Amino acid sequence: MSADLFTAPDYFQVDDLLSDEHKLVRDSCRAWVKKEVTPIIEEYAQKAEFPAHLVKGLADLGAFGPTIPQKYGGGGMDYISYGLMMQELERGDSGVRSTASVQGSLVMFPIHEFGTEEQKMKFLPKLASGEILGCFGLTEPDHGSDPAGLTSNIVDKGNHYLLNGAKMWITNANLADVSVVWAKDENGDIRGLLVEKGMEGFTAPEMHGKWSLRASATGELVFDNVKIPKENLFPDIKGLKGPLSCLNSARYGIAWGAVGAAMDCYDSSLRYAKERIQFGKPIASFQLIQKKLAEMITEITKAQLLAWRLGTLKNEGKATPQQVSMAKRNNVEIAVDIARQARQIHGAMGITDEYSIMRHMANLESVMTYEGTHDVHLLITGMDITGINAFS
Amino acid sequence: MNVLICIAKVPDTTTKITFTENNTQFNTERVQWVINPLDEFALTRAIEIKEALGGTITVMNVGLADTEPLIRKAFAIGADEGIRINAEPTDCYFVATQIAHYAKEGNYDYIFAGRETTDYEGAQVGGIVAEIMGIPFIAGVPKFDYDGTTATMEREIEGGKEVISVNPPFLASIQEGVTEPRIPSMRGIMSARTKPLTVVEPVDAGSFVKIKSYELPPSKGECKYVEADNAEELINLLHTEAKVI
Repeated sequence: MSADLFTAPDYFQVDDLLSDEHKLVRDSCRAWVKKEVTPIIEEYAQKAEFPAHLVKGLADLGAFGPTIPQKYGGGGMDYISYGLMMQELERGDSGVRSTASVQGSLVMFPIHEFGTEEQKMKFLPKLASGEILGCFGLTEPDHGSDPAGLTSNIVDKGNHYLLNGAKMWITNANLADVSVVWAKDENGDIRGLLVEKGMEGFTAPEMHGKWSLRASATGELVFDNVKIPKENLFPDIKGLKGPLSCLNSARYGIAWGAVGAAMDCYDSSLRYAKERIQFGKPIASFQLIQKKLAEMITEITKAQLLAWRLGTLKNEGKATPQQVSMAKRNNVEIAVDIARQARQIHGAMGITDEYSIMRHMANLESVMTYEGTHDVHLLITGMDITGINAFS
Repeated sequence: MNVLICIAKVPDTTTKITFTENNTQFNTERVQWVINPLDEFALTRAIEIKEALGGTITVMNVGLADTEPLIRKAFAIGADEGIRINAEPTDCYFVATQIAHYAKEGNYDYIFAGRETTDYEGAQVGGIVAEIMGIPFIAGVPKFDYDGTTATMEREIEGGKEVISVNPPFLASIQEGVTEPRIPSMRGIMSARTKPLTVVEPVDAGSFVKIKSYELPPSKGECKYVEADNAEELINLLHTEAKVI
């Protein structure tokens, strides 16, 4: 891959909306990505291998649980800082951002929100330091957009619970030391529990054959009469609001992350278009190239402002899940479109690993579907504005 | 062990340089400011030594309030406290006089400055500070070690290098090679919020140098290609256009 010459676009001076601390967070993550991610990511994506050595670096940087209180090893930072971190990580690669999202929003967040003090002290500091990795088990082979229908279940056996079922499409499944798993109890209520690596009857095979998020590990969680100690259950949270609140936090990060991937595609396209000579002049001189570039920067600017406003609402405790859905959906969609346009601008070079374009494009196809599909997020907006549920 | 690091604010090295006021003022519009990279090397080396030996690292800057984000960045990297001398840094003598005045009060074991700033490249502040303070000055140090009593440094000299040892107090101006800069962690950024930053007022000092005007280097002309077997045309172009033969 070529040298990382990334320069972030800021057409509407969005930087002026950020504090000096936010900019330091953003610039530090950007420097880390340039130093640690860019030089190796194409190779790992080509090999379809998770760059496990980045885990310690992500932890040292503070990418695991930046909004979790420092008492538990987190960063104690605000949501704009968190968003900017996700933007920069995904500027490098959606898979790297996914690792941070899962660890922070889908594992540390529920343990912090729903866990007992003992669970928090046992797991959060080690998750923050990268000593252990976590994963989040909600999706099942037959229940993706319909999580309420999940069939994984626990039965109270007196001094423990017996867990059965299977989860699919789980980021970091095969690497995780602790899995946050959602299963129904005997009353049909969805409950959250912590399944630890090595528990008898628990396996986590890696899935292969992905054309997307190739530098991220994906797997299954299979539970065959796994005995779960009672102290591993989240005591109070029942129902879908538990897992959905986790997804809401992760989707927020995606809304920012997608902007990062889009920025990378745009920045590369702008540079390429000014350097690539055809018909005796840079291709940036041609109207159809300028149209693509102008539309890219317009959509990136809108997405930046949407993410920033969502972040300020989240800091004030006022962001609704529906607003998060809109931002996730919009920003991923524009990022996918920008990646496709960027591929055209780069011509044949756009399909090679000399440039990040095709990797971003393929990654974003997953991002479009995970954490609530593109269509489901649209229906969430539809339901919010009409008051009518169109899911069923 | 008390260590002082002098840090300066410079434009990021990718900044497009332009001037205003008939080429008499540097145009600071939309410029991204950074800690002078050589100062950051110095700071990072001092942090590494502190991690081994303990101590306190103070950063000092002569600048107005807009330099405080850079002092906070120094905190995020690992400095313990900061002093900002509240004045526009006009010339090397003025800056050095301010630093020397306040450095005398600090009882520092040693002082680091970058060999030069990457904007004006004066390379004078460190030497003037040392002179005013009456302490040894070691210029352009790419390798620095300190055992708590004696500092050992290497300097590049014509055709080789010299190894020198100095006992505190002293001032060394640091250059590339001394270590790799550190990326601030989120934990460091959060801890920077509460580290003490003291603002002090400047002392009287002369300012002897005034910049009359700036000029950019001539832009690179288009590259002309001459066929390999056409030496005659090459000679002609070198003679008539480039006028070098």
